[in-house]
Amino acid sequence: MGDRIEKVSVIISKGSLEGIYPGLIMANGARAEGIEANLFFTFFGLDAIHKERFEHIKVATVGNPGMHMATMIGGLPGMSAIATRMLSKKMEAFDIPSIPEFVEMIADTGCGMFACKASVDLFGFTKVDFIDQVSDIITVGEFYERAAGGEIIFT
Amino acid sequence: MTTTTLAGMEIELDDEGFIVDPERWTEAMAADLARHEGIDPLTDRHWQVVRFMRCEYEAKGSGPTVRVLGKTSGVSVKELYQLFPRGPAKIAAKIAGIPKPRGCI
Repeated sequence: MGDRIEKVSVIISKGSLEGIYPGLIMANGARAEGIEANLFFTFFGLDAIHKERFEHIKVATVGNPGMHMATMIGGLPGMSAIATRMLSKKMEAFDIPSIPEFVEMIADTGCGMFACKASVDLFGFTKVDFIDQVSDIITVGEFYERAAGGEIIFT
Repeated sequence: MTTTTLAGMEIELDDEGFIVDPERWTEAMAADLARHEGIDPLTDRHWQVVRFMRCEYEAKGSGPTVRVLGKTSGVSVKELYQLFPRGPAKIAAKIAGIPKPRGCI
C-alpha cells in the first residue's frame, strides 16, 4: 500500500480544448480512485472556469501539428470552430462530457477548484467571473501549501 | 490472490480485493465486503447503487463509471461520493461482487 498515490494537484495552464481536457480527466480519474484531488487553473487555463468562456473552448488549428493540417488552412476564418464542432461531436458519441458539464461534475466529486491569483489579476478578472464551484483565488504559495504531501501534475 | 470467508463461504479475491468469480457473489456477502471498505452499515442508498451496479454488469458485462452512475442510478455524483468516499464506482463494484469498472471518465 505504501506506493499508492494519496493526493494529486493538477494545474491547467492552457485554454484550448486539447489543453484543458487532459487535466480534467486526470483530476476526475483521481477522485474515482478515491484519491484526494485539487485543480488549479492558471493563465489561459482560467477559461475552463470562466462563466462566459467555458462553453466556447476551441481546439487549436494553428501551431498544432497533431491536427495534421497545413498552417495556412488552419488559419482560415472559422477553421477552429469547424474543427471544434467535429471533435465535440465525436466526443459526444463516446459519451465524453462537455467542458462545462465535466467541470461541474468534478466539483461534485469533492475535487477542490482554485484560480491562480497572479493570472486573475493580470486578466482583470474577479471571483464573480468564475463559476460558483471555484472555491478560492489563491497565490502560488498557497497552492504549494495545499499540494503538500501529494503529487503535482502540470498540464 | 487471497482467499477469504464471506457469509460462510470460501471466496477468492484478487490483489485489489475484488471477487474473482462474480457468479459466486450473494447479497449476504455485501455487508462483509462493505465493512472491509469502511462502510458500516450498508444503508438503502448504498444498496440502490450496489444493486444498480449488479444489474448493469449482468446486462452489459461491465460496471458503469461514476459519471454514468450519476446520470442513471438515481443517486447524484455528490451523494455517490458521500456514500462511497473512496471511489463510488470502484467501491460499489467491489461490494456488488463485480469486476472493477474500466473507463477514463
